Amino acid sequence: MTKPESEWTWKEIPVGNVILEPGNASQYRTGDWKSLKPILDMEKCIHCGLCYIFCPDMAYNLNEEGYFIADLFYCKGCGICAKECPTGAITMVVEEEEK
Amino acid sequence: MGKRVGMEVSIAAAEAVKQASVDVISAYPITPQTHIVEHLSELVANGELDAEFFCVESEHSALSVCVGSEATGARSFTCTSAQGLALMSEITYIASALRLPIVMIIANRTLSAPLSIWNDHSDAMSIRDCGWIQFFVENGQEVYDHVFISYRLAEDRAVLLPAIINMDGFTLSHVIEPFEMIEQEKVDQFLPPYQPLYRLHPDRPITMGAFALPSIFAETKKAQEVAIWSSMPKILETWKAFGDMTGRYYKPIETYKAEDAETLLVTMGSFGETASVAVDRMREEGRSVGLLKIRLWRPFPFEDFRQVALKVKDLVVIDRAISVGGPGGPVASEVKAALYGYDSRPSVYNFVAGISGRDVAPFDFVKMVDKAEIEIEEGNREGYELYGVRE
Repeated sequence: MTKPESEWTWKEIPVGNVILEPGNASQYRTGDWKSLKPILDMEKCIHCGLCYIFCPDMAYNLNEEGYFIADLFYCKGCGICAKECPTGAITMVVEEEEK
Repeated sequence: MGKRVGMEVSIAAAEAVKQASVDVISAYPITPQTHIVEHLSELVANGELDAEFFCVESEHSALSVCVGSEATGARSFTCTSAQGLALMSEITYIASALRLPIVMIIANRTLSAPLSIWNDHSDAMSIRDCGWIQFFVENGQEVYDHVFISYRLAEDRAVLLPAIINMDGFTLSHVIEPFEMIEQEKVDQFLPPYQPLYRLHPDRPITMGAFALPSIFAETKKAQEVAIWSSMPKILETWKAFGDMTGRYYKPIETYKAEDAETLLVTMGSFGETASVAVDRMREEGRSVGLLKIRLWRPFPFEDFRQVALKVKDLVVIDRAISVGGPGGPVASEVKAALYGYDSRPSVYNFVAGISGRDVAPFDFVKMVDKAEIEIEEGNREGYELYGVRE
């Protein structure tokens, strides 16, 4: 897909709405759903990976420095990571209030 | 010319399905559709038809199987009536949106309650907006012919839509009529094997029936709506090709003694033949009455309809289904919509008659025309009534 679905005209839709490109659900921005977003306090993080394990959307990925970071394109803001974090390193913040 | 035989209409319909070389039949028996699927199951069991016959546990599954089989590129057929159609209604919308060219015969029957096995159009009207191409045929030969017409049309790359052949239950399904059968070589020539545009195949995975967000849904419906309207020229082209092969030419709107008529009866389905007898009688009495028959219900042939209807003074529309709490019968609603905005439009008097198979004889059509003319004369130009109800 060269452009997001939300920009397609009706003429560009394949007959019967078939999806010809496998795995294009990865282009679905579930991050649009959230009102809260997780903020990580790196001082408190012990790299245990529980946020990564519990995230129902597999939004967490390990970065080069060894921290698990939520991909906000997919993160729905459910807060499970913050709830499960054993050191309280993750805080859920109202998106528009965070700078 | 093909062989002329006498046959029950349901059996002839099943024979047509056989001649159309379907790959999959999936159906659940329900009166008055039963003879069609019974005969098809015999044909498969006897090895006369090389197809898979799915004995499913419900009509919902019957059409669901067809959706699956058609998605793999198998020519699929199903058939139902009334409650069975109501149960499969969910899937009718899916088949059309997925653009799967399934063909279904509906032996039209009344929706409960009260429980009734007899004929009217309430079942077909319950799925009016399901997005299939929908025919209402007048006699057995039309049922037989439209099986071939429907498959060729539905599978056309420029169409790719499922099609419904509505035939009145019992009135057509259970009577013996003369048929002109078409030779198999001619059928094969008219209806080549199905070449799907997309199909489910392990070598080339695609997704059918995925979810769509609000940001794309309206565009999918626009594409579907354009597809069904674009099928109109293909419908005409297919009927023309069929006529050239058999000599039987079909049109979206059929007329009988309509030229110079002041009043037209408007019917759909098997009412047409009875109404034509009534027209003959009224013509003998010197009355200026003709008949307009709607064969193509979806896409509705507005242009063809207006070409005939705008020339007359009065239309007497006979519906075979009620829209309870609505404006009258569904056919009359469409007729009025077609004429709205035309200053010199005819009066539209609407009767709902023959529901649940109550007999409507030629003299009933005469009585309806009598009543409509009196009412219109008295200024009731858009009246509606349930015909023949005991007060």
